[in-house]
Amino acid sequence: MNNNKKAVIVGGGHAGGNLVIALRKAGFDGHITLVSDEGALPYQRPPLSKSWLNESVTLERLYLKPAAFYDEQRVQVMLNSTVERIQRNDKRLLLADGTALEYDYLVLATGARARPLALPGGEFENLHCLRNLADAERLKAQLHGATHLAVIGGGYIGLEVAASARQLGVKVSVIERESRLLARVASETLSHYYQRQHQARGVDILNRVGVAELKSDAGRLTSVVLDNGVETACDLALVGIGAIPNDELARAAGLQVDNGIVVDHQARTSDPAIFAIGDVSQRPLPVYNRQFRLENISNTLEQAKIVAAVLAEQPLPADEVPWFWSDQYDIKLQIAGLGIDTDVDIVRGDPASDKFSVFRFCGDRLMAVEAVNSPAEFMLGKKWIGAGTAVDRGLIADASVSVRDCAVLHS
Amino acid sequence: MATVTYIDKSGNVYQAEVEDGVTLMEGAVHSSVPGIDAECGGACVCATCHIYIDEEWQATVGRPNEIESMTLEEVDGIKPSSRLACQIAMSSELDGLVVHVANE
Ligand SMILES: Cc1cc2nc3c(=O)[nH]c(=O)nc-3n(C[C@H](O)[C@H](O)[C@H](O)COP(=O)(O)OP(=O)(O)OC[C@H]3O[C@@H](n4cnc5c(N)ncnc54)[C@H](O)[C@@H]3O)c2cc1C
Ligand code: FES
Repeated sequence: MNNNKKAVIVGGGHAGGNLVIALRKAGFDGHITLVSDEGALPYQRPPLSKSWLNESVTLERLYLKPAAFYDEQRVQVMLNSTVERIQRNDKRLLLADGTALEYDYLVLATGARARPLALPGGEFENLHCLRNLADAERLKAQLHGATHLAVIGGGYIGLEVAASARQLGVKVSVIERESRLLARVASETLSHYYQRQHQARGVDILNRVGVAELKSDAGRLTSVVLDNGVETACDLALVGIGAIPNDELARAAGLQVDNGIVVDHQARTSDPAIFAIGDVSQRPLPVYNRQFRLENISNTLEQAKIVAAVLAEQPLPADEVPWFWSDQYDIKLQIAGLGIDTDVDIVRGDPASDKFSVFRFCGDRLMAVEAVNSPAEFMLGKKWIGAGTAVDRGLIADASVSVRDCAVLHS
Repeated sequence: MATVTYIDKSGNVYQAEVEDGVTLMEGAVHSSVPGIDAECGGACVCATCHIYIDEEWQATVGRPNEIESMTLEEVDGIKPSSRLACQIAMSSELDGLVVHVANE
C-alpha cells in the first residue's frame, strides 16, 4: 500500500536505528533511507559511559542490528553523510557532498550534542565530552593509564565515568556546581545516596563550585581552577554538563522549534510531511499532561513506534511511561516516570542496605519511582504511573509490606 | 561458538551460531528472532528478552541472580523456566541449547 513512498531518516542514532526496525515491523514497505554523519551503523550509547569503558568489546556488539539486517530489510544506509538543508517546497534534502535526496516523509532524528564548557580556549587533547563512539574511543584510550580524572558536572554520564575510572584505579574528582549530585534529575535521597557511594570508593566530590579556569601546558590540560580558588590537578578531564538538541536544520527550514523540534502526539512537526523523534524532539507527554524534551532510550523507542504506526497506517500505540537506568559500580538504578512537580518523596527500604526506592508524588499522584537494586518497585511503579493507580503512602513506606499490596484497589 | 535454537511464539524455529561470551539476547537480535526486542540493550531493565529454558538445559544454564529474579517476578507469563536472555552468556557447554521466546 505504501509501496512507492520514500521515507528518509536523518540521524542514525537510537531513534533513527529503532525507527528502521519499527517501520518494517509495522509493515511499512516503502523505501527507507537512513542518513548518518557518523561512520558506524546505529549503536548502543548507554554502555559507552559504563561497562564498555573497562572492557574490550568489539564494535559489532554495540550495533542495534548487524549490517546484514539493513540489506535484508532493503534499507539504504548512508554513513559519513551530513544533511545540510531541508527544502520543504520540493521535499528535498541537500547533503554536504552535494547529493540531493527526495522524500515523501522526512524524520529528523538528529539527537543532541554535549554542551560545551563556557570557558574560552577550552580545547585540549585530554579534555573530553561523551556523546558518541568517537568521543568514547578517545576517552577510553586515555582513561587506561590516567592517574587523575576530573569530572566536570555530577550528572549520570559524569558519575558513570567516575565509577568506571575508579574501577580502573584512577583517582577521580567530581566538580558539581549545585549543592548535590544529579540535582536536576533525582530526589535528594538518591543524590545523597550516590554522593556517599562515590565517596566511600574514594571519589573526591566538590559541591557548590564552578570552574573558573583551565590551566594547560603544551596543549594538555594540567589542572582545573575552581571559582573558590582551589586548584585540582588532573591529567584527564570529562565535561558532562548536559546536552543541546541538534535542531538547527529544522529551525533553518522554518519548523517550529523551542528547545528541540516541537511535535504533536504523532511526532509530527509543524510540517505534516516531517516528523521528529528522540532527543531532538519537544514532545507532548500525555501521562504528565505537558510538553517535554526527553533524553533517554525509552523515548526513542516509543516515538519510533509512533512514527512507524503513522507511516504504516496502523493505530497509534498506547502512551508509555518514560523509564531510565544507570549502572555505577554494582548499583543498579532504575527509574520509572519523571520526577516533575513532586512535593512528597516517600522512601521505601533503607538506603544504607543498598536496596531502597523513592516513590515521588505530586499530591496524591505517583509521578516517579527511583529504584536502587529494587526491580519490583521499578516494574510495578511503571505500571501504576501509566494506569494512574493510587498508591497507599503509609503502606509503601513499610518495606515489610509486599510492594504489590501497596496499590489502592478500586472496588 | 555454540548452536542455539530459538523457538518463537508461533512455533517458528531459528538456529543461530553464538560466540562464547556473547549473550543469548545478542544471538537472537542478530538473527532477528521475533519477540526479543531487547529494548535496554542487555542492561536487565526492560525484560523484553524473556525466554523459557527447556527443562533438560535448566541445570546447565544455571539460576538467575537476585536482580534478574526480582525482575522476572513482575514479568507477564513468568514460569519456573523463565530467564532474561541478556543475562546468559554463551559457552561451549551450552552447545545445542533450546529456548522458547515468551513474547510475540
Ligand atoms: C554516554 C551516554 C550514556 C547514556 N546512557 C543512557 C542510559 O543508561 N539509559 C538511557 O535511557 N539513555 C541513556 N543515554 C541517552 C540515550 O543514549 C539518548 O537518549 C539516545 O541516544 C537518543 O537517541 P537519538 O537518536 O535521539 O540521538 P543520538 O543517539 O544522539 O543520535 C543522533 C544521530 O544523528 C546524527 N546527526 C545529527 N545531525 C545530523 C545531520 N545533519 N546529518 C546526519 N546525521 C546527523 C548524530 O551524529 C547522531 O549519530 C545515554 C547517552 C550517552 C551519550
Ligand atoms: S535486553 Fe533488556 S532486560 Fe534483557
